[in-house]
Amino acid sequence: MLDLLSGFIVELRRAGLPVALTESLDSMEAMTHIPIEDRDAFKYALATTLVKNESHWKAFETVFEVYFSHRGPQYKVGDTSADTSELEDWLQEQMDQMQQQGEGSGGGGDMTPEQLAEMLYRAMMNGDEAMMRAMARAAVTKFAGMEPGRPVGGTYYLYRTLRNLDLEAMMERLVAESEESAPDGFTDLERKLEREEYEHRIDDLKKEIEAEIRRRLVADRGAEAMAKTLRKPLPEDVDFMHASRDEMAAIRKAIQPLTRKLAARLARKRRHKRRGALDFRATVRASLSYGGVPAEPKFKHPRPNKPELIVVADISGSVAAFARFTLHLVYALSSQFSKVRSFVFIDGIDEVTHMFQGEEDITRAVHRVNTEADVIWVDGHSDYGHAFEVFWDKWGHEINSKSTVIFLGDARNNYHATNAWVVKESRKRARHVFWLNPEPRSYWDTGDSVITEYATHCDGVFECRNLRQLERFVDHLA
Amino acid sequence: MSIITPDHRFDDVESVRDLLRGVEYLADDGIASVVFLADRLQKPILVEGPAGTGKTQLAKSVAEMIGARLIRLQCYEGLDEAKALYEWNYKKQLLRIQAERASNTAEEWDDLHDDLFSDEFLMTRPLLEAIRADDPVVLLIDEIDRVEVETEALLLEILSDYQVSIPELGTVEATQIPLVFLTSNNTRELSEALKRRCLFLHIDYPEMDREKEIVITKVEGVTEHLADQIARIVRSIRQLELKKSPSVSETLDWARTLVLLGIDSIDADQAKETLHILLKYQTDIEKTSKELSD
Repeated sequence: MLDLLSGFIVELRRAGLPVALTESLDSMEAMTHIPIEDRDAFKYALATTLVKNESHWKAFETVFEVYFSHRGPQYKVGDTSADTSELEDWLQEQMDQMQQQGEGSGGGGDMTPEQLAEMLYRAMMNGDEAMMRAMARAAVTKFAGMEPGRPVGGTYYLYRTLRNLDLEAMMERLVAESEESAPDGFTDLERKLEREEYEHRIDDLKKEIEAEIRRRLVADRGAEAMAKTLRKPLPEDVDFMHASRDEMAAIRKAIQPLTRKLAARLARKRRHKRRGALDFRATVRASLSYGGVPAEPKFKHPRPNKPELIVVADISGSVAAFARFTLHLVYALSSQFSKVRSFVFIDGIDEVTHMFQGEEDITRAVHRVNTEADVIWVDGHSDYGHAFEVFWDKWGHEINSKSTVIFLGDARNNYHATNAWVVKESRKRARHVFWLNPEPRSYWDTGDSVITEYATHCDGVFECRNLRQLERFVDHLA
Repeated sequence: MSIITPDHRFDDVESVRDLLRGVEYLADDGIASVVFLADRLQKPILVEGPAGTGKTQLAKSVAEMIGARLIRLQCYEGLDEAKALYEWNYKKQLLRIQAERASNTAEEWDDLHDDLFSDEFLMTRPLLEAIRADDPVVLLIDEIDRVEVETEALLLEILSDYQVSIPELGTVEATQIPLVFLTSNNTRELSEALKRRCLFLHIDYPEMDREKEIVITKVEGVTEHLADQIARIVRSIRQLELKKSPSVSETLDWARTLVLLGIDSIDADQAKETLHILLKYQTDIEKTSKELSD
């Protein structure tokens, strides 16, 4: 047991989860209180002691499923004839039962795809989980065509299975049938809800099929190999430039607390320096050490000064994915700081502060920025030099000793003039100038990237490709 | 560590769940197992999740279920030792000093100075009170994410060793190991040190079936059909991208309203008219009613 657990923890660490030594000890102690045969309790016990971040749950679950996968004969790859007989028997039984109820189609022997689809349809209709699981298993056996040792990824098998099932047609049928069975038809709302219910069930089925394929792959290739191929980056390591839709949503959720942190960090620096009004209570308390003589006056912390932020972001095509994230970041920032000026540029530059202010819907704000902002000057290819020059002429005088300027962009300038003096001058006036670059550090200064020319004039240049790095930047400010 | 091992409060996971059901808290497998383990491992539980999913209620229900007193520490920015752990009653101390002033001899001074920092002048605050209590208690540290990272450190000693060190007095050890719940709305990342000392529990919006059950247990006079509809509509609303998704408590409010209005079966118009109970932002309400009428 101990070996098994420590192996599991090693696997978790490989997947990037931070598991401390004390935590692994806790998990081992927890095991002594939990009946091992209760799989769910076992899983929750491990999760609660080892996973301390909700966004890591998915990674944990994957590792858990692979590492403690069901290992039984029914999960063998290949040899379909021998191994599935048991399952087929069971299914046959079900079919017979159905026939007795006068509902099933005729004919026995091997399951045809039509029969299987029919069975699945029944299972979906009733929302019977055990049945759905069995059907998922049968579907994989029938359609995925898995062969031992074949070097194909799970997605290929998933695709094959789903193609054969034609879930979309099934969905339509389900909704239509349940409407028919309702005594006086559906209202619009009911129809919508019913549809959502079936969508949900079909999603469950898909997940079940996916899990089934994974189990078989584990049985075929071994847990080690599978764990490796299934390893996905944790949400904080996902690259902004290549994030999928789900990942983007997770990132968006994480940005909000991060900006709050940024606001707190920027404000705190000032808080330590100045002193506020006399704190009477604390002074009297301190006076006790001197026999009641208020020898040591205590002061209240002054109200933190809210710093001003000026964000200048590149939204050109080369950083399109990053730009979307950038805009979210700017939006989140503007809710935290009293004064955020935001500018976007490609080869022209435009102020977009007003588009974020008072706009409650971030998607609408981003849409407005993308359509309304006047950022194209000549050809719509990045021209940092021109954009910066215009920025300086129009808004440069508004930078003051309270402002922090953050540039966001890859500094790919299409070989135009850099006008790095703008950054230099900004730094003279502003409290800080930072640059966040979404490109990996090894790409910097290759091709038309001129990051170093700007970097020399900044207080700091940071590679910022994922949440972890963004967080590091925020930490650096402290 | 001199930890007094109390008898285990629960026999197994199943019994935790049944007991919680007895006080009208419907726990899923995850919640029940974590509460069970917290008791066995004598560790605090860090409960995280969106607002209004029953994090605080869990602590209250657990207290009710084991018949313990709930001691609650509400966190806020600027919370300090004096309000969380203990404070010297300086007014009383001053009076004591002044009373002695009249006859100030060396001998009495010795007495006084031994006296001044004794139990008599110590005012216990929630954390100290929780570990010094004689009757069974459940300690709830609510919205821990509201205090600054630095203040978190104040909790570490009590959370891991169940003791409080008072410089003038020495270390106060626990008379009992209370069940401790910390809740967080996840507005900021908590420190690793704190997380390491806790069991972690994430409470998300409940599955549809569980939500339906919650509505049935908590709302009087709701029909099963209505509860089912409510749960479905709420699930569908939660799938939209809103500023604030409806929480469980809001679902319950909505169900109560519908019952009061005498509605057995919701149609789209009735749903739209009562949406403001479920959602608190105008933009959310607009978006949802548009979605419902499609």
